[in-house]
Amino acid sequence: MAAVRTSSEVAFNRIAIAAVLVATLIFLAPIYWIASTAFKPKELAVSVPPTVLFEPEVTPFVRLFTKRVQMQKAVDPQVYEAAPWWEKRIYDGGERVLKVGKDVQLSQYPDRFMNSLIVAVISTVLAVGMGTFTAYGFSRFKIAGEADLLFFILSTRMLPPVVVAIPMFLMYRMVGLNDSHIGLIILYVAFNLSFSVWLMKGFMDEIPKEYEEAALVDGYTRMQAFFKIVLPEAATGIAATAVFCFITAWNEYAFALIMTNRRAQTAPPFIPSQIGSGLPDWTTIAAGTFLFLLPVAIFTFLLRNHLLRGVTFGAIRK
Amino acid sequence: MASVALTNLDPASRAAARGWSDLTIRNLFIIPTLVFLIVFNIFPLIYSLGYSFTNFAANRAEPWQFVGLQNYRELLSDDHIWSNFVITAKYVIVSVAGQMVVGFGLALLLNRSFPMKGLITTLLLLPMMMSAAVVGLFWQLLYSPSWGPINYVFGLGDFAWLSNPDSALYAVAITDIWMWSPFVMLLSLAGLSAVPQHLYEAAAIDRAGWWYTFTRITLPLVSPILLIALIFRTMEAFKTFDIAYTMTTQPTAELIAIRLYKQAFQQWDTGKSCALAYIVLIMVLAITNLYVKYLNKVKER
Repeated sequence: MAAVRTSSEVAFNRIAIAAVLVATLIFLAPIYWIASTAFKPKELAVSVPPTVLFEPEVTPFVRLFTKRVQMQKAVDPQVYEAAPWWEKRIYDGGERVLKVGKDVQLSQYPDRFMNSLIVAVISTVLAVGMGTFTAYGFSRFKIAGEADLLFFILSTRMLPPVVVAIPMFLMYRMVGLNDSHIGLIILYVAFNLSFSVWLMKGFMDEIPKEYEEAALVDGYTRMQAFFKIVLPEAATGIAATAVFCFITAWNEYAFALIMTNRRAQTAPPFIPSQIGSGLPDWTTIAAGTFLFLLPVAIFTFLLRNHLLRGVTFGAIRK
Repeated sequence: MASVALTNLDPASRAAARGWSDLTIRNLFIIPTLVFLIVFNIFPLIYSLGYSFTNFAANRAEPWQFVGLQNYRELLSDDHIWSNFVITAKYVIVSVAGQMVVGFGLALLLNRSFPMKGLITTLLLLPMMMSAAVVGLFWQLLYSPSWGPINYVFGLGDFAWLSNPDSALYAVAITDIWMWSPFVMLLSLAGLSAVPQHLYEAAAIDRAGWWYTFTRITLPLVSPILLIALIFRTMEAFKTFDIAYTMTTQPTAELIAIRLYKQAFQQWDTGKSCALAYIVLIMVLAITNLYVKYLNKVKER
């Protein structure tokens, strides 16, 4: 029966929706502040009162990607005229772009961003690959002490990173893996593997066993059935798991802070280290933060139907 | 004769006769993962357990000595460490309570149909997907006493959220509530949408009030999932490092994970930090155990 709605219920409904909208604005405000500061002229980032609307510019991104020094005296007008638009922006700020010969010196940001990308992508491929096989094993075969093994696997995910990092740091130092991509990749695979097993097991459990059994009757070997029947069925699950693992590795801070300092340093420990002493340039920091957060924001939208599963390790579905 | 016998077997065994046996495949699929986790998670913990009984310092060349339980004795009688645990407990209580209230509140508001519900829900979930270290850093600007938008909006003058010893911990907790309320909201929404609609209809026929319906129908049916959210967030809050470390250096906001980091990698008191790591580890494993227990309970339903 359709419940007859009283006028007070309708009013309450409207108030609730209005409250949702207000809450959404509050929750998005800090994110708006990061995104908007990334496009602000330097002086507007720290203005009183805070600037909400302004004419956006890309100078913070030019500063983010270049190495610069303070100018001692005003720039030669001829040099200024000959400079490309983005270099003029730097001159306007009283700085000059560092060059070797004609080559513009890039800041460390692109390197750190690439490190994040390399480490996150490779560790994701490994964690999801191993996790998919293992999840299939747990989903389809009888295993003695299965619940205990699965608990053991999950518990490795719950270990506090700093606790694991102390012995790993000492061991890496012995074998020379400190500040290396491989070292960080191993740690992230170890961290994401348990998650990947649990999430993939949920997806595997949903694929009817009858599919493979039919294939086995048709003369497939178990391995052929796994690769040709099960994997294509699990594609969505694999993609969702991969995106989750990527985001986790991309965002990870503690291991990266402890294990890397230069060559293999990823963006999360690098971005805070830019603050330095004195008055920080918030527009450049915001530009770096904005570019770093953008992929995660896009992925969140792609993942929206799997978020619940992901945050509960596959235990709760929609 | 042999072919007849083969067709009598179940499909799995017949496949096994052709390719690798199921047992081989099972071992091949599972053992590498277990070995990997043992080598890179369990072995390091055994290694650090060993060091926790020594006075080893990773930045000095001199040989270490076995000191027995001295590290543990010193840690447990160290007021500084106890204060770190008290700070952590305060942080866990404030931030998890805040997340539960805000998250469940949001879920109650969202649990109705309205235009663009999907989009708004996803937008609300954005904070929890982002890097705590990087976002936490940016909250320094939001909290800034001189140009921060927060002080401006709330008319707080030049209140120094993060450098005031009394407020630093709570400022971090507020940011954590902002980040993780969406998590509680997501789980609560799942719980709320699983409440059978006919219960509400029956309550409406009985002219049950809002409060009665909420406490007798909604809460009991959602509570298992709320408990999951509560335990998980408690465990995560207890381990908090990133967000507090990048936001403030106030000693009053020194959580146990930060204390552990400083002891291990700034003071290089390696042996003792291994011991502290073990104390923290045992507490985390206790909560994990509880979490998995309830997770399995909800899963069975």
